[in-house]
Amino acid sequence: MYKIVRKKELNPSVTLMEIEAPFIAKKAKAGQFIIFRIDEQGERVPLTIAGYDREAGTITIIFQKVGFSTIALGALNEGDYIRDFVGPLGKPTPVEGKKKVCVVGGGVGCAIALPSAKGFKEAGAEVTVIAGFRSKDIVILEEEFKAVADHFILMTDDGTYGRHGLVTEPLKELLENGEQFDEVLAIGPIPMMKFVSLTTKPYGVHTSVSLNPIMIDGTGMCGGCRVTVGGQTKFACVDGPEFDGHQVDFAELMSRNATYRDREAEVTETHTCRMDAMGKALIK
Amino acid sequence: MANMTLTKTPMPEQDPKVRARNFKEVSLGYTAEMAMEEAGRCLKCRNPKCVTGCPVNVRIPEFIAKVQEGDFKAAYEIISSTNALPALSGRVCPQESQCECHCVRGIKGEPVAIGRLERFVADWYRENVNAMPEKVPSNGIKVAVVGSGPAGMTCASDLAKRGYAVTMFEALHTAGGVLVYGIPEFRLPKAIVANEITKLEAQGVEVMTNMVIGRVLTIDELFEMGYKAVFVGSGAGLPMFMNIPGEALKGVMSANEYLTRTNLMKAYNEEADTPVIQSKAVAVVGGGNVAMDAARCAMRLGAEHVYIVYRRGEAEMPARLEEVHHAKEEGIELKTLCNPVEILGDETGRVKGMKCVRMELGEPDASGRRRPVEIPGSEFILDVDTVVMSLGTSPNPLIRSTTPGLDTNRKGCLIVDENEMTTREGVFAGGDAVTGAATVILAMGAGKKAAAAIDEFLNK
Repeated sequence: MYKIVRKKELNPSVTLMEIEAPFIAKKAKAGQFIIFRIDEQGERVPLTIAGYDREAGTITIIFQKVGFSTIALGALNEGDYIRDFVGPLGKPTPVEGKKKVCVVGGGVGCAIALPSAKGFKEAGAEVTVIAGFRSKDIVILEEEFKAVADHFILMTDDGTYGRHGLVTEPLKELLENGEQFDEVLAIGPIPMMKFVSLTTKPYGVHTSVSLNPIMIDGTGMCGGCRVTVGGQTKFACVDGPEFDGHQVDFAELMSRNATYRDREAEVTETHTCRMDAMGKALIK
Repeated sequence: MANMTLTKTPMPEQDPKVRARNFKEVSLGYTAEMAMEEAGRCLKCRNPKCVTGCPVNVRIPEFIAKVQEGDFKAAYEIISSTNALPALSGRVCPQESQCECHCVRGIKGEPVAIGRLERFVADWYRENVNAMPEKVPSNGIKVAVVGSGPAGMTCASDLAKRGYAVTMFEALHTAGGVLVYGIPEFRLPKAIVANEITKLEAQGVEVMTNMVIGRVLTIDELFEMGYKAVFVGSGAGLPMFMNIPGEALKGVMSANEYLTRTNLMKAYNEEADTPVIQSKAVAVVGGGNVAMDAARCAMRLGAEHVYIVYRRGEAEMPARLEEVHHAKEEGIELKTLCNPVEILGDETGRVKGMKCVRMELGEPDASGRRRPVEIPGSEFILDVDTVVMSLGTSPNPLIRSTTPGLDTNRKGCLIVDENEMTTREGVFAGGDAVTGAATVILAMGAGKKAAAAIDEFLNK
């Protein structure tokens, strides 16, 4: 059993929790993920790690209450226990050896972009962060990003806060103005990651994306998390979760992630990502 | 006077039509009378050949003699003196290729039903005695066992019997490895596996679930923590696919995924949160035991048609005859000499059929089996909405990639010497991690051998 030692609502649909997991806290690195299971009947749900405290022995997770299990997790409180918590899984973000990096976060994806941004910064890179949200009321981690980033650009789709528009717009401007990034890391909804990759491609900037396919064991056994990268089958749990965004088959990932959507729809708000339509207009 | 009946005493089973739609155990096991009657068929050979075929050296004629006398407790004690997991091996061992194939009664008629008798004794003991094993005084020497499947459980049990302080690490949330995520409830009830884990704990084995060795701790860190030896029984790994078009469609999955959803996550149970695809017609590609398990699960999950698609003939199937027989009884249709070439999808990306080509058998290949060759122009479409790939696995990279000095063969399997020691001193390995996908009993045999070797290594 794993204790929830802290809970904070970051916005109406996004919750932060710190979970007591000393073994994982000792080893976790940015870019890796955990799998939780609430109770004996629960499903195994992967979440990328949003932070860790090696001394306190805790792992921070930030999640959007969008599915059956995340809604149930969000209903628990400080002092409650969850049945299972396993990690750190997957490969860490390769933060070493970069001079100039741009980290692009979308929505709740910003939660897991933050530790990677920190990682790049600590490894000596100059870090630009572009964080995008639908609207002002769901902006998260603004102060935390400002503390880490050398340059911070906040975008909202509806213009209610920060700059009006999509994350790909300032990214494209920076690249057009000759910014020489060694690496762009995009973490967020699939359409966002796809369009960030399309944006950087003409400039030949290596672009990593953090994928979130369907997964059960997370240890390299079930094969549910297979993704096609550069025409080859890769397993996000052991080969990823970060892959070369210029090589990922995003359409396939989108489709496969919808395998159980009918079932989830009962408890999930139907959210159509407007990034897809708007992004298409942006990329000629 | 021995019972000279030529055939085995039949074991009662659920009716195929009924069991094909439930997850309860297929075989119901012998009654005491049936067991004693079958035990009477054993000739108690002075030089028993059956024992030579058993990877864990069960003293077969001795325990059968006790069954014949009706002293089931004594029979259990004889079996458990060498076999830590008789309720499991009695159910899932391929006895026909281990012990029973050596039985002299098999020369004329059927061999003694050693597996059924072992199972009876283990079940009788669990239901009537179930005394927890005694904890041997600890020698204080720590040994880590990585993986809690049949290899790990056997190794842990044998080490605990020798007084070692054993910690068994399991990556998943439930201990038992393939016995809980892979082998279905109707072949091996999970309560039986859980009981074996409880017995290990009674012996003093510390079981730690949710510990992915290679990630949360490396093998080197285990040594730093004071473990003096490590046994790696991490099992088989990543599922293989065919690399044909359409494998990324919704409704295509590995047998590992299908079985894990169904068994470990109990997706057949409405109370479980984990979903499993609801299918009308399922094609399971492959001819091994895992393929049979997946096909039989598909039937129980409500599919109207379940096909086994296999590129060779029925005679060449690697699955146990009993499994194929059970599958056919339950209405599973064999599409042998048939190979998938493409999986077809509808406009929403879901499987709507599988294009196959018919095969014929040519000359024998390296495996000695006749090589299947495509018959040109024989393509046809199998009307299915789900495809389960059961083509075997390739070893998991997590431990080998994080343990310097741990050598693997071309296929990625750990290399071990005759004492199950890897190329790293003090690191032993066994089971599928070494052999590639094999059987429960071979894994148990390797775990047993490794325990003895670890004992010797630590007493050098």
